[in-house]
Amino acid sequence: MLHFELVTPERLIRSEAVHMVTVPGSEGDFAVLEGHAPLMSTIRDGELLVQRTAGGQPEAIAIRGGFAEVNAKGLTVLAEHAG
Amino acid sequence: MASLKALKIRIGSVKSTQKITKAMKMVAAAKLRRAQEAAVQGRPYAERLEAVMASLASKVTVSESSPKLLAGTGKDQVHLLVVATSERGLAGAFNTNIVRAARRKAAELEAAGKTVRFYIAGKKGRVLRRFFPNGIAADHDMSAIKTVAFDDAQAIASDLIRRYEAGEFDIAHLFYAKFQSALVQEPVGQQIIPVAVPTSVETANDGGAAVTYEPDEESILADLLPRNVAVQIFRALLENAASEQGSRMTAMDNATRNAGDMINRLTIQYNRTRQAAITTELVEIISGAEAL
Repeated sequence: MLHFELVTPERLIRSEAVHMVTVPGSEGDFAVLEGHAPLMSTIRDGELLVQRTAGGQPEAIAIRGGFAEVNAKGLTVLAEHAG
Repeated sequence: MASLKALKIRIGSVKSTQKITKAMKMVAAAKLRRAQEAAVQGRPYAERLEAVMASLASKVTVSESSPKLLAGTGKDQVHLLVVATSERGLAGAFNTNIVRAARRKAAELEAAGKTVRFYIAGKKGRVLRRFFPNGIAADHDMSAIKTVAFDDAQAIASDLIRRYEAGEFDIAHLFYAKFQSALVQEPVGQQIIPVAVPTSVETANDGGAAVTYEPDEESILADLLPRNVAVQIFRALLENAASEQGSRMTAMDNATRNAGDMINRLTIQYNRTRQAAITTELVEIISGAEAL
């Protein structure tokens, strides 16, 4: 499972294990699964698609401004606004 | 010797003052808890942003072409002091301490031949007008803000960055009170522009793999710098909010206690005066009876 965190300046919104997250990167959307190569990308305003289980219905979270970081620990999305 | 009536009125008035200070103390205590929670919840973002900034900055070399927010304007002549205070008084020495710290820094800079300007955020910082009538660059109105939101910090940050880009100042310092406990709030000043990049890099463990950047490092850093200013300001505003309530709570606790002492003193005086009046009356009656 992929460890996924969504943080805004006001609070930590999500910190959970999920199957896959699709991130609206500034140079195109990208999906992150467990074991993704380290990556850092700015994001454009759009929707994060969070899939809890393989083949499950994705949950959309609107985010605005920020960036995403993928490292060995998982995916961290720092957004200025979310939800 | 005050009359009995006057003393009674006085006791009544101190009692109602005590009621007010007691209520204010309890309100401040409740607000303090909420402000502290907000400050704690804002921490993960600031920490992560700082870590990312540090790892990026170690990969980017500062040169002429670097963003001005990182490299500076190349001068340090004009200093802007951003003074964040509260909107309301009756919070002990909270506002006074912040303003004093800013004035001390201003005196220091002026002695070194620099130009000092002020950016006031919060009504209680306006006393600075009196000391530096020509040094006020702007007065940011925060009277409508109930609980600090990130947007409020961002409004200040973008205003500051706009002024910076326009060349109005070279270095900006931010003054606020750091919250340590309900009893202790330490006024601090820190440089926010140009962004002081944390140098103690505990290089994040990426498992040895090279990190892919989208777009390149410089662009990400350029995107993060203004955000970092906003986050610093947001953090300061949160700390300030907690400090203000803590300071008010302590001040009102003291006031309540002082009012209690005063009531005790006045009550003793009231009773003594009453007893004295009774004694005098008795003496008059007895000596009157003896004279017959």
